[in-house]
Amino acid sequence: MLDYINSYLSDTVHVTPGEAGNFFWALVYIIAIFAGLSVAVIAMNWLERKILAHMQIRLGPMRVGPHGLLQPVADAIKLLLKEDILPSEADPLVFWLAPLIVVWTAFTVFIVVPFGPTHAVTDMNIGVLFMLGVSSLSVLGVVTAGWASNSHYPLIGALRSSAQMVSYEIAMGLAVISAVLMSSLNAEGTGTLSMIGLVQAQEAQQTWFIFKFFPLGLIAFFVFAVAMVAETNRAPFDLPEAESELTAGFHTEYSGFRWSLFFLAEYSAMIAVSSIAVTLWLGGWLRPFPHALTGETWDLVFSLFPGITFMFLAAITFYSVARMPKHPYFRVQTIGLAGFGAVLALIGLALFAPPVRDRIQDVYWFVVKVAGFMYLYIWYRGTFPRYRFDQLMKVGWKVLLPIGLGVLILTAVSGIVF
Amino acid sequence: MPDATKFLSHLELGETDQTFLDSNELIINMGPQHPATHGVLRVILKLDGEKVLGTECVIGYLHRGVEKIAEHRTYTMFNPYVDRMDYVAAVSNGLGYCEAVEKLMNVEAPPRANYIRVILTELNRLASHMLWLGTHALDIGAITPLFYTFRDREEILKIFEKYCGARLTTHAFRIGGCLYETYDGFEQDVTRFLKFVAPKIDEYEELLTTNRIWVERTKKVGYITADDCKALGVTGPVLRASGVQWDLRKAQPYAAYKEFDFDIPTGTNGDTYDRYLVRMQEMRQSLRIIDQAVGKIPEGPIMAKVPKVIKPAVGEIYHSIEAPKGELGYFIVSDGSTQPYRVRVRPPSFVNLQALDQMVRGQLVADVVAVIGTLDIVLGEVDR
Repeated sequence: MLDYINSYLSDTVHVTPGEAGNFFWALVYIIAIFAGLSVAVIAMNWLERKILAHMQIRLGPMRVGPHGLLQPVADAIKLLLKEDILPSEADPLVFWLAPLIVVWTAFTVFIVVPFGPTHAVTDMNIGVLFMLGVSSLSVLGVVTAGWASNSHYPLIGALRSSAQMVSYEIAMGLAVISAVLMSSLNAEGTGTLSMIGLVQAQEAQQTWFIFKFFPLGLIAFFVFAVAMVAETNRAPFDLPEAESELTAGFHTEYSGFRWSLFFLAEYSAMIAVSSIAVTLWLGGWLRPFPHALTGETWDLVFSLFPGITFMFLAAITFYSVARMPKHPYFRVQTIGLAGFGAVLALIGLALFAPPVRDRIQDVYWFVVKVAGFMYLYIWYRGTFPRYRFDQLMKVGWKVLLPIGLGVLILTAVSGIVF
Repeated sequence: MPDATKFLSHLELGETDQTFLDSNELIINMGPQHPATHGVLRVILKLDGEKVLGTECVIGYLHRGVEKIAEHRTYTMFNPYVDRMDYVAAVSNGLGYCEAVEKLMNVEAPPRANYIRVILTELNRLASHMLWLGTHALDIGAITPLFYTFRDREEILKIFEKYCGARLTTHAFRIGGCLYETYDGFEQDVTRFLKFVAPKIDEYEELLTTNRIWVERTKKVGYITADDCKALGVTGPVLRASGVQWDLRKAQPYAAYKEFDFDIPTGTNGDTYDRYLVRMQEMRQSLRIIDQAVGKIPEGPIMAKVPKVIKPAVGEIYHSIEAPKGELGYFIVSDGSTQPYRVRVRPPSFVNLQALDQMVRGQLVADVVAVIGTLDIVLGEVDR
């Protein structure tokens, strides 16, 4: 066993982590992604509530821990300790299976997501296809959840979401194909479905696909960006779980741990589709202006960004520490917040070290872009009313589908002409 | 589901509806514990997929017997009870009751009291409309306006609190006038509020009026014609949005409304979007009225000469005012004793709720929520 592990770590063997069929690194990355995703979902939970609260002139969680930082932990404990309710009319096996399907699909998509040129579980040569296929499987979980609950509101929610996810998948697929077409504009004239290959194509063509054949890439990206919100059932397309109409939609009957699985799946699906959008259009792990701003100096400037980000976060935290009430009642919270800030600052300092900052670059830029999408998701939720079911279908079939098709054809034509 | 269908008397008697693919109709309960029924309204929906074939409202979950209580209380003692009917527009309820009893006793409130009444009632109309806007937008999925409107409604409640000590169930007026003189700085507070709130209303409009999703969700939804409104007795902004220029403040001026210059905003289409626009305009008109009133509150007494024990002569009276939700009427029968023989309230929410079935038939489930929101019902008033 040790020899096996050492065989991967020794200098003589050059197996890159992202390579297909590389079991050791795949395992490492699976564990890393699993842990990272869980942390990201917890962080998203807190961030969404905080950002949404500040958009809506409230404070959001403030009680559990300083600035509510421990709120997600408290929520998790509450959910795990809750009684596991299985409705007597429900189909037990399917009821039990549905959240697992949803979580399984949401996590499996990450197999092909490249966090860097060599940072992926595997570099599948049909990566994009795999991603589309697996993410569309999650609708199965939603439908079975609604059906197994044996209740009216979940049933309507499940029907809505199946119709919605199936319709938006098509627009999404068309947008993806135009990105794949763009990747075929090289000397050999062959495109790629590999996620790593797509980013490398953007690197080779010296442009992110969002700016390719302006405005075609932008429109394709727009179609994908709308479809991905619908695909993840988020506002303004959150009809399956429209709380004002269907109480909680397909997971009305779920509570406790099972419900938290749906929650986990929803957020990891959001992160998954955002990473796909980043990979296909925003240059994946590539830093901004990799070709316009080249040279030693610019490389150094951009490599300082991860450290600066964490230092900035630490600065915000210390500012909050200074603003904490001076009352002894808040002493523990203040110390905790200061400790949190210190940890952030230490991470920031570590990221300034040359060996670390060079290795963390790819992942950093990828995560930053995904975080931008996450902010957009929250922003949508704070801004838009909800679409009605028929309008949603209209937007999907009559607006996004023709646009996606048109962009695809125009991309193909532009590819031939230019 | 034998229990749910028990109520569906008129739905079952009619010919069976043609459903898509001849599938079974789905009968579901919306409420009484449902996030979008504004309290404890229970609507039984008959659905063909997402299409609404019919509805049946089941009310009474908040019934407290307010009208019956009146028969066992003196006229003065009953006054605070009316605040609990439409609890988001308590001042309007109190005004209607006080004026009805005053009319029965042939007493007239002094002009200063009338001005104070108008200012507080219009502030209350603003508060009620703000609450409506927030919850209506929330039902349609826009969560943010709710917090904006609650922030601004707070300022109104602060004025109420300073004036009479209560924020929601104010009991601001008494039979014969007002009990409390305006506090020092009342006029400045109101003027400051007017300056503060005008841009806020623009802010709400900015969020919603031209928002594409909002327009799509509200236009051609919950359509009702002026004739249907009249036939059903629907009043208030719902009637005005259908194009009828009917406002009791103009039609039968009460309090000091004769002396103010304001418009009656009307719509043309009678759909949810028009009702939204009408109410937004009404908020601005309320600001206009308050602006005119606050500058020239006359000096003088705030209470008419009313006997300590109120004992109207034998007779009956119907008096109605324009509450934020529509015509709020009080029919009071006096047998010459200190307690009313019968008090019948004509609550706007209850009457307007009748239009729900007609407005949502043939539309989608999501529209039911939008229409309940646009009718602006308060279940405390529906059930009394």
